Amino acid sequence: MTPNNQESDFFNKAANSNYGKKIRKSTRVKEGFIKFFFAVNGAMALVFIILIFVFLFKEGFKALEHIGLIDFIFLDRPEFDGTVNRVYEWYPTSEEPRYSLIPLLLGTLLTALPATIISTIFGVAAGIYLSEIANPKFKEFLKPLIELFAGIPTVVLGFIMLVIGASFFNELLHPANRLNAFIAALGLSFVIIPVIASLTEDALHSIPNELRMASYGLGATKWQTITRVILPAAFSGVSASIILGFGRAIGETMIVLMASGNAANITSSIFNSVRTMTATIAAEMGEVSQGSDHYYALFFIGIVLFTITFFLNLIAEVIINKMRKKNTF
Amino acid sequence: MIDLTKKHKDIPGFIFINLVRLIFGFLVLLLFLILGKIFIEGIGVISFEFIFDEPRNNMTEGGIFPAIFGTVAVTLIMVLMAVPLGVCSAIYLNEYAKDTFFTRIIRTSVNNLAGVPSIVFGLFGLGFFILFIGQGIDEVLETGLLFGQPALIWASSTLAVLVLPIVIVSTLEALNSVPKSHRDASYGLGATKWQTVKNVVLPQARPGILTGTILAISRGAGETAPILFLGAAFFLPNLPVTDLCIGDYCIPMINPAKQFMYLAYHIFILATQSANPTKTLPLQYGSTLVLITLTFLLNITAILFRYRFRKILGKL
Repeated sequence: MTPNNQESDFFNKAANSNYGKKIRKSTRVKEGFIKFFFAVNGAMALVFIILIFVFLFKEGFKALEHIGLIDFIFLDRPEFDGTVNRVYEWYPTSEEPRYSLIPLLLGTLLTALPATIISTIFGVAAGIYLSEIANPKFKEFLKPLIELFAGIPTVVLGFIMLVIGASFFNELLHPANRLNAFIAALGLSFVIIPVIASLTEDALHSIPNELRMASYGLGATKWQTITRVILPAAFSGVSASIILGFGRAIGETMIVLMASGNAANITSSIFNSVRTMTATIAAEMGEVSQGSDHYYALFFIGIVLFTITFFLNLIAEVIINKMRKKNTF
Repeated sequence: MIDLTKKHKDIPGFIFINLVRLIFGFLVLLLFLILGKIFIEGIGVISFEFIFDEPRNNMTEGGIFPAIFGTVAVTLIMVLMAVPLGVCSAIYLNEYAKDTFFTRIIRTSVNNLAGVPSIVFGLFGLGFFILFIGQGIDEVLETGLLFGQPALIWASSTLAVLVLPIVIVSTLEALNSVPKSHRDASYGLGATKWQTVKNVVLPQARPGILTGTILAISRGAGETAPILFLGAAFFLPNLPVTDLCIGDYCIPMINPAKQFMYLAYHIFILATQSANPTKTLPLQYGSTLVLITLTFLLNITAILFRYRFRKILGKL
């Protein structure tokens, strides 16, 4: 065989990527072992999700045995005069414990919903600015700034809202409670705006330039292009970012723990103190005795939280995956 | 583009575009106002003593050294657990696995793990690490109640699970950006898969992995909610340190079975549960300034690393 033939023979083998065939058996065993090792590690994220699921449900489902599903919604309390009073209260430590999750769900909604609305306005605007309006060189500098914004520890934001934000809005709006759902919602916005801004920017950026050019070519102005071409095209991506932001708002703990006032009220005013599900777990888990009804009730709240955020994330991911497939022009 | 738009008079468009600019400017201004306020109020407290002293007089005076030490100890152990796991996980996903149902499930769980509320991680840490693993160890070794209670190791483990998605995602990005031609060249020279990963792919992906590690540390150091009931202590005069002795040689080691103080938790405690929140306000600002400086330095380092990494890869 000529050297030339040998060479092409070698390349053919490499191209077929049967490089594993002629190597020694010990090497092959070693390679297989390494692959197995990485596969085990690769499954870790999956294992942990399953473990979180299992251990949350293991402890939390005992709450259903001890307390019962109905009691998590309301408690029919007999009064002295023989009438029955239906109460929706969260008083787990009283002599006659009440475990209604309604005030906590309401508190979570009253903080998370305003926060998401505020963040949608500011976050989407920031995303539009970064992707469509800002000078590309300036943008190189601004995007890390958004990331820095996102990197502020939440306890710091809670602290800021507690010592500065609460006093400022107390004098400005004279709310019913100094610490209220509105203050907490503003604090939450600081966390969610960067999330929505950066994901919106990604979504807008992934719209092919041809669409912009076609729109300009038809005589549209920049603003018309943004509102009638780019935003509709990126609609799924932007809505996914808002859903993810909402999920973050529901799951955020420290800000609501420090700034929402932590009173489990049934209220429809965002200027009242509220108590969220996350803050309830954070505030009460440290003091509860293990194995008590209250303890299992807190795990049950954890299940509710986990389920809500899990489905929000799943929806957002499905939307983003669909968008990716659609946008590969 | 801009020249084209100039020809048309679009007054609402002009207004709205400037409104968007204004909103963005407002956000940046707000960010700097907050940081400025923390800096101005906090810088007066920062001194050598504040950093290297322990809290005194019911935490109304003194420094925050135990809290800083605890934060460093917890994040150090967290990184030692999360980074190897995350990097190996990403290597499997990017280098070994084909696009199967199994890998898609893993990718979905990585995304979902990133979205689980941090307080739920706290519950998980309590239910899994402390009650299941910790008390399990206690039962097997008959050590009474040594591992089955809140401790540094369980806080680190829980935070490691929490930052795992950060490490995986940034490692995936780094591995993905190594050109395929480099791998082919390595195979062409007769290298095996593992040799290629070890000698060609990983060295090039190192800055990206480092970026993920730094981001993970920053996230871990800033988290408070998951460690609330996993061993973060109100006040501990002693550092979680034990002398590890082999013969006559003793070296101080982090004791993972002890409780610890944590900077982020310390801020929370000072601001909400201390005896006199107004009196300790300067201390709160000081602690906040230290924490925010720490996380910002880490984040900026990570951003610069990534910037350089992308620039180098852009040249390839």
